[in-house]
Amino acid sequence: MSSNLYVTALFGILWREILRFVKQRERFIASLVRPLVWLLVFAAGFRAALGVSIIPPYETYITYEVYITPGLIGMIQLFNGMQNSLSMVYDREMGSMRILLVTPLPRWYLLLCRLLSATVVSILQVYTFLLVAWFFDIQMPVMGYVWLLPALIVSGLMLGAVGLLISSAIKQLENFAGIMNFVIFPMFFLSSALYPLWKMQESSELLFRICSVNPFTHAVELIRHALYGKFDGLSLAVTAGSLVFFLVLAVYGYNPARGFVKRMGS
Amino acid sequence: MFKNISRAVLLSSSLLIAAGSTANAYTVYISNEKDNTISVIDGHSLEVTKTMEVGERPRGITLSKDYSKLFICASDSDTVQVMDLATGKILHDLPSGDDPEQFSLHPDNRRLFIANEDDNIVTVVDTESRTVIAQVDVGVEPEGMAISPDGKIAVNTSETTNMVHWIDTETYQLIDNTLVDQRPRHVEFNKEGTVLWASAEIGGTVSIFDTATRIEKKKISFNIKGIHKDRIQPVGVKLTSDGKYAFVALGPANHIAVVDANTFEVKDYLLVGRRVWHMAFSPDEKRMFTTNGVSGDVSVVDIPSMKVIKSIKVGRYPWGAVVKP
Repeated sequence: MSSNLYVTALFGILWREILRFVKQRERFIASLVRPLVWLLVFAAGFRAALGVSIIPPYETYITYEVYITPGLIGMIQLFNGMQNSLSMVYDREMGSMRILLVTPLPRWYLLLCRLLSATVVSILQVYTFLLVAWFFDIQMPVMGYVWLLPALIVSGLMLGAVGLLISSAIKQLENFAGIMNFVIFPMFFLSSALYPLWKMQESSELLFRICSVNPFTHAVELIRHALYGKFDGLSLAVTAGSLVFFLVLAVYGYNPARGFVKRMGS
Repeated sequence: MFKNISRAVLLSSSLLIAAGSTANAYTVYISNEKDNTISVIDGHSLEVTKTMEVGERPRGITLSKDYSKLFICASDSDTVQVMDLATGKILHDLPSGDDPEQFSLHPDNRRLFIANEDDNIVTVVDTESRTVIAQVDVGVEPEGMAISPDGKIAVNTSETTNMVHWIDTETYQLIDNTLVDQRPRHVEFNKEGTVLWASAEIGGTVSIFDTATRIEKKKISFNIKGIHKDRIQPVGVKLTSDGKYAFVALGPANHIAVVDANTFEVKDYLLVGRRVWHMAFSPDEKRMFTTNGVSGDVSVVDIPSMKVIKSIKVGRYPWGAVVKP
């Protein structure tokens, strides 16, 4: 088997996902509208016009809109990971996954391609979101947009891997709504996306601890620091560690001989 | 040959470094009202390099024209202290009268005009002979103090009388009193001395006077989305010497208003620390330092980009700021 085949498969899957993303206008708009509604409506309602206290990586006072921007970037990637997971389940139900799986390539590689393509799509969404936010006066340091890219790759892969793992465990499309409630919401709300963790600690030590171990918190902090040209080693370690953990589980889950897929009998 | 080249490279690079550092080499002095100290900030690293003990409740501070001395209103010590900046030692005290709050050094580099908040007077002190030259009766609770660039007029504001008092610096007589909005805190002349800006803390406005006629030519009010009007309390005013901008510190609104100094239109509001009162420019006027009393820090504004780039922790209740080139 030549390495050419691997490249062809990667680009094939990537191209399909990008096409799917671009062609489905509703999905493109929805992916943009969701964080923008949060930014322009929710954040406006909670607007701390008097400034949010200084915590790293910030060096001065910031408005609430600026604070939640990295959290919303995380949200875009989280939703995109789930969307990818949803379409995997859909592909499985519709049979198009079988076509993919007949290729003589290892299954883990196909999953990885799928994960990479989902991450690329999420990065396109994030930069579009940031472009719109720029016009609403939410502007980061210029170099921050460059430093953001590697952080987005790691966080995007990690959140995509969570999606893969979920899709490997889901039998039917109908079960998906439950997953949204039990995975996306707790992950998003129990994190530093919407409020600084010290604020959480003031109201509940337990919630603070849950937030501190949530990998989504670390993905958001990694993004937040990168936007200001700073490096947060702990967040990178936790995000990368979680990526490996979820990916290994997902590959196991998709293994027809052992994984969750076998138990489903599909 | 090689030695010569490397020496030349070394020399030129060290010259470059020296040139680069002099452009940024300036020092910011901040008076901390509650700590009885002066914080020293390095203009290049934007870090506090030293904290010096001074008299009680230091508020207004100003530099001598040759930048060798720092005058400090030690309000609760009822004195103006003179600090030698080379050594950081207090040289002597000046007979300022009770509770000095703000003051202004005359362009002659000798006479200091001091507002005595509790006594309703302006005291004029000769800084060389260390004697009181004159005392001028003004309104209740005098605070703001400014002297026109030509040195002919001294202006004082009284917080309770709500007036701007115009004083002749030769005769020490009041020339005129003009009404402004409630609780005038600070006055500032433009570089040419043709206009005077006066902030009114409770009134929430800034009045701009024509110096020649002493008639108010414009009154500015402020409006920040999401912040109640009552919190918008203008105090410090700073004007750039190119005549383009005026900056107004809005106290508990935690913002600095950026005003077009020609059209008097408010262009922007910059978010800084809590209860911002006074400001100082770097020598090139590319940076501005604001004292944020309640949050105990100094915010640094980059003027070309009009962005707040950093907030530096200083002592408790920073009040006044000056910059030494």
